[in-house]
Amino acid sequence: MATPEPAAAIQPPPPPADSTSTHEFPLPPILQHPSAAGPAELITQGAEGRLYRTSWLTPTRLCALKHRPSKPYRHPTLDARLTRHRILSEARILQKCRREGVAVPALYGIDESQGVLSMEWVPGRPVRVEVNEFLRRRAEKYPHGEGGRGREEVTRDEEGATPLVGLMRRVGEAVGKLHKAGIVHGDLTTSNMMVRPWEKDKGPVNGHHGDGEDDNAERSLEGEIVVIDFGLASQGSADEDRAVDLYVLERAFGSTHPRAEALFTVVLEAYRNTFKTAPVVLKKLEDVRMRGRKRSMLG
Amino acid sequence: MAAAVEKVELEHLPATHTVLLALYRDVANAGFLQEQLLSRNVDFEYAFVDASAVASRFQLLSAVHKAIAAEMAGISEAYRRYGVQPATKDVAVVKVLISREGAPSSLSPEDVEKHLQAHVQGESVACSDEELAKVTDWPKLRKYHKLNGLPWIDAIKDEAARKSELEMLIVSAMAMRGT
Repeated sequence: MATPEPAAAIQPPPPPADSTSTHEFPLPPILQHPSAAGPAELITQGAEGRLYRTSWLTPTRLCALKHRPSKPYRHPTLDARLTRHRILSEARILQKCRREGVAVPALYGIDESQGVLSMEWVPGRPVRVEVNEFLRRRAEKYPHGEGGRGREEVTRDEEGATPLVGLMRRVGEAVGKLHKAGIVHGDLTTSNMMVRPWEKDKGPVNGHHGDGEDDNAERSLEGEIVVIDFGLASQGSADEDRAVDLYVLERAFGSTHPRAEALFTVVLEAYRNTFKTAPVVLKKLEDVRMRGRKRSMLG
Repeated sequence: MAAAVEKVELEHLPATHTVLLALYRDVANAGFLQEQLLSRNVDFEYAFVDASAVASRFQLLSAVHKAIAAEMAGISEAYRRYGVQPATKDVAVVKVLISREGAPSSLSPEDVEKHLQAHVQGESVACSDEELAKVTDWPKLRKYHKLNGLPWIDAIKDEAARKSELEMLIVSAMAMRGT
């Protein structure tokens, strides 16, 4: 997390003038106690919860702390049951993924009564940022005066596309691994996947490529895909649900990275080889696309 | 001799709580320690942990954090038998000092250290990852946390990376326990 996200990314709010006491939102009780690492930093604010970056147990261990605050408009008993159910469900899914060797954040702690789930902080940047940065570098390298390539869609065979194609392949493999483990994510986007710099013993066998001037920038596309945010995830192995998962990712990918849309086929090709019924899922994806189109025609 | 008892300030704990850690090797009187816990001797309000079941300081502190959170929620007693058996060789000791209503805990870390040094017959060492790693019984830990039959873990060649994966799985499993 040493590298800040570029401007396109969601920026955390500026630190409040008077640390915790002026927080925009009420902090969960756990974050109201002292911390040597300083106040927690609000990273995202969604409909269901807030994500903070803070320390866990010791000042140097970072964690992602998810808080599902109680909803004042819900009946208190129902609210408590819903919150508890969702926190536990997400925790179980994280635990299941870890056991199956799917790269997800490790679970550090849960407090269902506070609506708090603490997880390992995943270093690196979202796939969304890496893809957009790649496209930006490409556009700079080939300004539109020179044949306009920088503004055209990326093709997998073009010069310099190898790192991006590799990233897409790893995205497909990561989703396949998740599905193989019996988990459907429910909200797959390139923001919900991190590119974590390779850890010991996990890197690709053939290591890095080339040593051109862009090597350092392109290397940021190297790394392990870590799927995050299982707030809408469920356990299940229905190929239909898996196909919908892929469809959601496909749509998100197309709208977030229109210039790289053609590379989504790489994701699907990699997915195809990850488990036995993956080809069936891809067949179903075709049906889901048709259905999606029909739905939009009916308006 | 270095202090036998280490004071640890855990993140996000009320300032009223102070965690003390100690580690003793080759303990000769584990049976006695267990008896004090079973008979609820108030002078022995410690968590005596069989250190062979501890993978790392992080795991130990995770357990401490969970116990304190549960105690604050009033759903569990803070001190209870935590694994020490008569045959236990190496013992990690956890003590949480709590000040109530502005009054400091009646015990100081020095009191605790004196008491432990007087009653635990073993060699005091730092409660560090390095020392804990010397006594960790991995086959036992893997069995206890149902971490066998995961071929992808055994396929990790780098020992530190493999242990780190196992450590995270143990911490996750402990977080889920009791929910």
